[in-house]
Amino acid sequence: MEQLLENFSLDLFVKQTVLFVILIFLMAKYAWKPIINSLNEREDGIKNALDSAEKAKREMENLTADNERLLKEALVEREKLLKDAREIREQTIAKAEQEAQEKASKIIEKAQEAIEREKKVAMAELKSHVAGLSIDIAEKVVQGELSNKNKQLKLVEDMLVETTLN
Amino acid sequence: MSINTFKNIILAALFLSAFNIGFASDANGGGGDNKEGDPVNTPEEINEYIKHHVKDSHDFHLFSYFSDGEEHHVGFPLPVILYGENGLSMFMSSEFHHDEEGKTIVTKGESNFVNLHGHIYELKEGETTVAFDAEHHPTNATKPIDLSITKSVFGILLLGALMFLMFGGLAKQYRKRDIPKGFGRVLEPLVVYVRDEIAKPNIGPKYRKFMGFLMTTFFFIWISNLLGLLPFGFNVTGQLAVTAALAVLTLVIYLASSTKDFWMHQLWMPGVPYLIRPILAVIELAGTLIIKPFSLMVRLFANITAGHIVLMSLIAIGMTFQKDMTIYGSTALSLVLSLFITLIELLVAFLQAYIFTMLSALFIGMAVEEHEHH
Repeated sequence: MEQLLENFSLDLFVKQTVLFVILIFLMAKYAWKPIINSLNEREDGIKNALDSAEKAKREMENLTADNERLLKEALVEREKLLKDAREIREQTIAKAEQEAQEKASKIIEKAQEAIEREKKVAMAELKSHVAGLSIDIAEKVVQGELSNKNKQLKLVEDMLVETTLN
Repeated sequence: MSINTFKNIILAALFLSAFNIGFASDANGGGGDNKEGDPVNTPEEINEYIKHHVKDSHDFHLFSYFSDGEEHHVGFPLPVILYGENGLSMFMSSEFHHDEEGKTIVTKGESNFVNLHGHIYELKEGETTVAFDAEHHPTNATKPIDLSITKSVFGILLLGALMFLMFGGLAKQYRKRDIPKGFGRVLEPLVVYVRDEIAKPNIGPKYRKFMGFLMTTFFFIWISNLLGLLPFGFNVTGQLAVTAALAVLTLVIYLASSTKDFWMHQLWMPGVPYLIRPILAVIELAGTLIIKPFSLMVRLFANITAGHIVLMSLIAIGMTFQKDMTIYGSTALSLVLSLFITLIELLVAFLQAYIFTMLSALFIGMAVEEHEHH
């Protein structure tokens, strides 16, 4: 303790106290205050920047999610539209086929009817024509055959043969 | 810590210790057996030399060397400013011619001054020589008020200028750019470190008010500790008066900023039996007013002084062991040991600054804390 006291110099103590207090005030005014202020400002700036970056990121995420949802919806919509179109097409084709079939069968029916009718008419005409011709031929033959007695006889005979054949 | 940093620290320590040994061996050159003008080479002389180095002095002594059996001192004088019985006197310390025995008398006006082991005395009127009592205290002289720029004061001024230049420069850089460059980039993390690791956790939200004191204290102690490791013989934080001034400032600050709550807890501790409260109050008061500042003062002083004494003693191995180990052996041993201790001292320089500032912050934090009422 005595040695401690011997080491202690009151003059130096006073000088150190005064100089150190002056140093504290000088440093506080010209160094620490501006330094700490700028450090705090910078740190606040960095914090704000990080916060806004985080916010922007979240917004971006939301946007992407929205986009994806929209895209998915659009895809579903397209799928549905395509399906509908295909169905409609198939329906249309089926309907058209059916109609065509019906029309065709009707036409065929009509045609057959017409053919039948025409056939009947033609047959009737042919019959009458053949009958006229037969009569003409028969007339001529009869005229020829009947010019000669023998021939008449012969004709009768032939006719008889024909008749049996018929 | 990367390997490179470590290598740099070792190199720095090597440089410092080599410099120190070179510095000491300057005092070791020459020969002769007479007492005056004899190199410092016996254990007693080395003891004396170390004791002298650790103390404050009125001139700045760099080194001494011997040639032709004469002692030459290299250094520069510092101004002596005294306020004695006949008012202010000023002269350079060189007027004492390195005399510390009170033999050289400097006369200024009506006053006669002598230098006795680093302390300056003013002789009483009519006296021409110093008379001593049995304990070698002067009987016919008074101590004037000494405002001299002693070695320590010179160190303090240098430190202040250095700090002001470094941190003022850093402060100026922020006006132009957000991130400092050059040396400011080294200082900025240190400032942030003191703020975030020392001030904020110990004081809490009110830390801003005490930053000036804590920062100045931290860097003052650290830089002066480092300056003490340089071979110029500064020993600012190894002066009891300096550490006492720092400790008293801490005391004043935490007393001035203490809250009512703090004193309630000091004098009438809630939550303990009533009979114990007065005893606790005595203990708390003793702690706050005496033990805390005293421990701050002694811890720093003792650590730095011990570091200086150990380092110088290890350097002295180079001289005292020459007979037993030859000059090469003793120099090698001294170099290795002082390199090692310089490394430790580099750590201690930072550690003591950290501890002093941390404890100051802690004490301030205790004084300003608002307790929650139970």
